[in-house]
Amino acid sequence: MRTERHDILILGGGGAGLRAALAIAECAPDLSIRLASKVYPMRSHTVAAEGGAAGVARQDDSLDLHFRDTIAGGDWLCDQDAVQHFVEHATGELAQLERWGCPWTRDPNGAAAVRRFGGMSSPRTWFAADKTGFHILHTLFQTSLRFPQIVRADEFFCVELLVHEGRCQGVLAIEQRTGELVAMLARAVVLATGGAGRIYRHNTNSGIVTGDGMAMALRAGVGLRDLEFVQYHPTTLPGSGVLITEAARGEGGLLVNGEGRRYLQDYGLGPETSPGAPRPKTMELGPRDRLSQAFWHEQQAGRTAITEQGPAVWLDLRHLGRSHLDARLPLICELARVHVGVDPSTGAIPVRPAAHYSMGGVATRISGATSLPGLFAAGEVASVGLHGANRLGSNSLAELLVFGGNAGRAAAAFAREVGEPPIHPLREQARDHAVAVEALRGKAGTERLVDVRQGLVGEMDEAFGIYRDGQRMRQGLDALTELAERAEHLALEDTTRMYNTQITAALELRAGLQVAISLATAALAREESRGAHQRLDAFQSRDDGRFLCHSLVRYLPDSGYQLTWEPVTITRYMPAERRYGGEAS
Amino acid sequence: MRSRRVLVIQRYLAERDTSPHLQTFALPEDLDGSLLDALQYIKDHLDPTLAWRWSCRMGMCGSCGMMLDGEPVLACEVFLRDLPTGPSRVEPLAHLPVERDLIVDQAGFLEALASVRPWLVEKAGRETGPAGEGRQSPSEVADFLGLSQCINCLLCYAACPQVALTPGFLGPAAVAVAHRYDLDSRDVGDGGRAPALQADVGVWSCTVVGECSTVCPKSVDPAAAIQQQKVRGLTDWMRGLLGFGGPA
Repeated sequence: MRTERHDILILGGGGAGLRAALAIAECAPDLSIRLASKVYPMRSHTVAAEGGAAGVARQDDSLDLHFRDTIAGGDWLCDQDAVQHFVEHATGELAQLERWGCPWTRDPNGAAAVRRFGGMSSPRTWFAADKTGFHILHTLFQTSLRFPQIVRADEFFCVELLVHEGRCQGVLAIEQRTGELVAMLARAVVLATGGAGRIYRHNTNSGIVTGDGMAMALRAGVGLRDLEFVQYHPTTLPGSGVLITEAARGEGGLLVNGEGRRYLQDYGLGPETSPGAPRPKTMELGPRDRLSQAFWHEQQAGRTAITEQGPAVWLDLRHLGRSHLDARLPLICELARVHVGVDPSTGAIPVRPAAHYSMGGVATRISGATSLPGLFAAGEVASVGLHGANRLGSNSLAELLVFGGNAGRAAAAFAREVGEPPIHPLREQARDHAVAVEALRGKAGTERLVDVRQGLVGEMDEAFGIYRDGQRMRQGLDALTELAERAEHLALEDTTRMYNTQITAALELRAGLQVAISLATAALAREESRGAHQRLDAFQSRDDGRFLCHSLVRYLPDSGYQLTWEPVTITRYMPAERRYGGEAS
Repeated sequence: MRSRRVLVIQRYLAERDTSPHLQTFALPEDLDGSLLDALQYIKDHLDPTLAWRWSCRMGMCGSCGMMLDGEPVLACEVFLRDLPTGPSRVEPLAHLPVERDLIVDQAGFLEALASVRPWLVEKAGRETGPAGEGRQSPSEVADFLGLSQCINCLLCYAACPQVALTPGFLGPAAVAVAHRYDLDSRDVGDGGRAPALQADVGVWSCTVVGECSTVCPKSVDPAAAIQQQKVRGLTDWMRGLLGFGGPA
């Protein structure tokens, strides 16, 4: 095991981690930054975001409308102070990206173009065709190369946070190329490791999105908030779960069921709009939770289409025309062609919902600070209170810029206030964790990794999907607990050091199970239906009297997973009914 | 009737092996999906030590480049149903040092990328909108948009004979990314990029084979970028020779 010491350690090289690094490099150029990432930064899951990033840009739009849309979209579980901060800073961040070179799609006059998105009352989503996440990620990564003080640790797999005297002061990581264990010490740590979508079988996520950072925080005693809210994206390719952007509907795409009906009008999202004349917050431009729920009902009623890859509905873009599709939606045209053999200018794309995004995560303040001094978090790993019970599409790319920057600046300020991390006690702690990692190399056991992983993703799809009920969730939680026990007895045959991906897969599986059990604990206890958490048992309505609050799950070594509730911050917009379609204001 | 699919995969572990060897895996008849799915099946059921890179499954992250029957491909974009009958050979990307199995050393590419200073050096006095964002016309965007599609997958390095012959050659992708910024109307950083691009191991090592553009999964045209950079270099050299001043 080797030891290194830096001023600030950033875990995760996606959008949030890179934005944090750039913020530190600009506000505190004398601080040394170590950017540790499980994959090369440009491979991070930000790359897969397609449709765009929200920020008020037009004269006929307003910050207040973005604020209200976000809070209604989140079914009033958003912390309104965080939402206010977000809408005030999102546009500035998108403008900053422009000046770093992001190739935003432009209006004829040269201004950045904006498009419609679900649940948004006005076009305010900035985009770079349908590769917005890719361009944002590469712009941030290439800009980061300007700063010699950002020293990358590419392909480092983080295992455990190091906590000493009540402060987070580093991490134990595996340098995957050599297999060497590295104690990385720092005055402040920024967690930007992304979400946990891979705990579901049907998901849109990259293979790396395994909840590692959430689980590390949990094991370090930090609470995970609102994990029961898992966003199902309504339009993904059946079988693979590959994402077909919401921008396809923002541009005017239609959803029809197996019988050819625009079925969303049957779910409170109508009246039906004319093809080519999409209306905000109506029909295909409803929020993601409502659209995914509508699919579920159509499937129950036998009105979905039967495809080789299972049940689906049809996303029809034909009326948009080939040249518009090529200009605005080139990636999804390519994905449809490569994965399902459909040319969207001549045929409809089969789509179904899949798990997409964790609204919850490590509880943070607006600054990015967590309950553990020295630990900051931003992006999908975090829960800053922006998304509530259901995120609006295109808020998350803007989120990782606004709150990634905040976390970087807060970490820099913190690093200035504290002394150097003491090597001896942190090294001892890291050594204990290293022994546990070494014990996985060529470990004898009775369980196969694949079986436990299949058990996990199957339980999550079945018990914690679009609709849930108490009895099945109870079974699910029991099954997950048993799977976690089985995961202690994995047989790991690989005895090598370089790129030992069996050990990292075992660590990812352990993290996924811990996040899943936390999620299940909160979901079972939330006896109401709100946003993406919908129940079919006795709790089918929103219950503001009991549950206008955040769940918070902690893990305590002696007593296991502990659930508490925390108040929601409401500053100026009291809970009301969510209205879409003809009822929308 | 479907036949049993057979993959012959190159295995190598730098910490143990002196040379690579081939290993044959038979896949079940009903296995569907992409080459990535097949590799995962092998790891789950046949040999847990197989190692490769992958992540997004949708041709955007650039992780899963490898050789299939001698051609560089993204494994997520190759489907088992489209493979010819008979065994298919899977090897790590050509021309790059192998670390383990299908994993190659990418550190050289990262160094080449950083050396061309691939970031925007913003022109002074741009017209800006209300939030401070600059304007750029759609046709100005179109000038560099194609080159900005590079996902850094390194398929072009595996296709380029000069990568194998010329140690330190920048390679197609690094030049494409650099040229993307040179072509950006917002940028004035050309002079900073020129030394790396015009060095012996820069664009002048290219012998115009053009395979880089042929294999690119994102239709980027690094070959054209390299030739345009050669013209720039020659123009600057001529101007210097004729006393019109050196490169900006």
